[in-house]
Amino acid sequence: MKKTRFKIRYLLLLAAGLLLPLSAYATVQTQSAVKTDTKQAEKQVSKSTADHTKFKELQKDFKSGPEVTKACLECHTEAAKQVHKTKHWTWEFLNPETKQRLGKKNVINNFCTSVQSNQTFCSACHVGYGWKDDSFDFAKEENVDCVVCHDTTGKYKKLPGLSGHPNYKTMEWPPHSGKFREPTDLKKIAQNVGKTSRQTCGGCHFYGGGGDAVKHGDLDSSLKKPLRYLDVHMDAKGLNFSCGKCHLSDSHEVSGSRYAPTASDEEGAIIRGKDDGRNPTTCVACHDNKPHKSYAKLNDHTDKVACQTCHIPEFARGNLPTKMTWDWSTAGRLDEKGHRIKTRNSAGMVAYDSKKGDFTYERSVIPEYVWFNGEVKFTLFGDKVDGSDVVKINQFMGGPDDADSRIWPVKVFRGKQPYDVGNQTLAVFHTAGKDDAAYWKNYDWEKAMEVGMATMGVKYSGKMDFVKTEMSWPITHMVAPKEDALSCAQCHREEGRLKNVSGIYMPGTNNTPTIDKLGFGIALLALLGVFVHGGIRILTSRKGAK
Amino acid sequence: MARIYIFKRFERFWHWSQAALIIFMLVSGFEVHGSYHLFGFENAVTYHTFAAWMIIALWVFAVFWHFTTGEWKQYIPTMQKVDAMIKYYITGIFTNAPHPFKQTRLSKHNPLQRLAYLFVLLVINPVIWFSGWAYLFYNDLAVVGLEWLPLNWIALLHVLGAFMMLIFLIAHVYLGTAGHTPTSHIKAMVTGWEETDE
Repeated sequence: MKKTRFKIRYLLLLAAGLLLPLSAYATVQTQSAVKTDTKQAEKQVSKSTADHTKFKELQKDFKSGPEVTKACLECHTEAAKQVHKTKHWTWEFLNPETKQRLGKKNVINNFCTSVQSNQTFCSACHVGYGWKDDSFDFAKEENVDCVVCHDTTGKYKKLPGLSGHPNYKTMEWPPHSGKFREPTDLKKIAQNVGKTSRQTCGGCHFYGGGGDAVKHGDLDSSLKKPLRYLDVHMDAKGLNFSCGKCHLSDSHEVSGSRYAPTASDEEGAIIRGKDDGRNPTTCVACHDNKPHKSYAKLNDHTDKVACQTCHIPEFARGNLPTKMTWDWSTAGRLDEKGHRIKTRNSAGMVAYDSKKGDFTYERSVIPEYVWFNGEVKFTLFGDKVDGSDVVKINQFMGGPDDADSRIWPVKVFRGKQPYDVGNQTLAVFHTAGKDDAAYWKNYDWEKAMEVGMATMGVKYSGKMDFVKTEMSWPITHMVAPKEDALSCAQCHREEGRLKNVSGIYMPGTNNTPTIDKLGFGIALLALLGVFVHGGIRILTSRKGAK
Repeated sequence: MARIYIFKRFERFWHWSQAALIIFMLVSGFEVHGSYHLFGFENAVTYHTFAAWMIIALWVFAVFWHFTTGEWKQYIPTMQKVDAMIKYYITGIFTNAPHPFKQTRLSKHNPLQRLAYLFVLLVINPVIWFSGWAYLFYNDLAVVGLEWLPLNWIALLHVLGAFMMLIFLIAHVYLGTAGHTPTSHIKAMVTGWEETDE
């Protein structure tokens, strides 16, 4: 009996042993089948609820951009009206605090300096078609360029010189390069519109100042597909944020501003749905003012230091050099045949261009640090400039005793640019165009000044000179992963990063030298007293022993 | 020569662990202040903070011990024989004069010690402790209504406390050799037993 029972048990075990792997295999099979099914389903169903290739309005061979816009507006009836209200359209911004009239249309910077009189070129980055001079109709709905922001093909490109239009005919580009761009396939582009992306926003914002990485320092084409090291949020293999993830938009108005930035937000994170008019683009809007969990002491910094100061240790970290200086005063030098000169530095970057003057560039730049409360004051056209001091194109306001101020990292762009000596103002001069007065055509400052100043309604005094200028750019993109943030000792030491920031007590910087001398001095005296007293004791005890 | 048992086991443990912590906190603290580089700023802050919590824990036990044993009475100040003590340190100690103070278990500190330790208890420690806490919880000072206190004042007080502690430490270590024999006090602090003149 015992034996048979044992045998049966043995057989059962054997059977189970054979069956188990089989059944396990079967389960794995069905599971993986389910997985592939859902994967396929994900691929097939678009995240968007509309497939624009199916719209009859878009089954057309569009002749021009405005034609595309008209088609868009047939369904998106209010879109153009919304765009008309935005900075992207008006290129104007009235600072409610300082009452300064800002925006691209009004500000003179120290790169290409001014949009005025140069719209044909500058409007390659305008969300419109046809802005070439003051006659442009800002009220016309089909003048809005929808696809420049909503293209997903990557094939749409507005070229400088075409007043905001892409090329509709075959065109040599870049000029004199021997390369040709095919006419823009507007039908394909119109049928493939979608959400804005790093690609579309970057189409202009990565190339500010006339080229990749030139202007901002923290925005360049390396952010199209950044890795985690370069930007922890936009990491293409990780969080993969689009610009719009932070720059939340409402009715086509994109949040975030360089004219009126948010330097600090005491109220902390914004709860979804809560509409209290605060800027949703800030770090704090998601991370709150006490984001450090493992090392709480770091939270003690947030009342004085902007997140960006530690978390963006350098700008231009994506291997592309950003322009650091631009000296217009050397422009206009030509070779013996009277032709334009273009020389490159050892990194292959243009170091001198007859059209523009001398440039320098840097990569992985340590920012400068300033107190900043969000208020920016510009030196605008007409503000007095007499050439004696360095002109601050914009000035970041704030200070250590101001509760709204934080220590911010900035890129300071330094230059030398024309000013009208007689009128005592930064100059608006005519650079781009095919006409005789355009500086980039004839290298004649006098003509360029005359035409440029005239567009501002001012008669050129006849005397121009160059003045040193500085322009500051807040550094806020290219956020490093936390392991690459600044370490304590990068600031907390003598000659640390914040050595030029006034009005703050920084432990570790040896900042009370008098008290230290006094304290250690007294301690030293005590030690000396001890040695004298002890010495006498030793001497007298020896005598006593004798 | 007589021997009396003066320092009980907990007292000796308290003394030496506190000594180690204070010396360590002086070393790490002056690095945080910026006087030199040793551990690196970040480590110095971490170590200093950790040691601070250790000494706080130690003090919780010490305060409890002092009150339950009645040993706190050892710090009641007296001016009796203060002049004799000073005279002894200035002249007597060199001429082999007898120590003017006779230790007993009920009175283990000489009058100068009493005054010095009371000064540590009532001035140096509170300065260090309260400025240290304010330093540690700088951004939460509003909870106790001290948000108007700037960090540089807090840090300054803390550093002043540290200098006082450093000077006390130098004097204290040296006077530790000024007992019945140069090592008698130190031995007592290790074993608990003090040699006296009688």
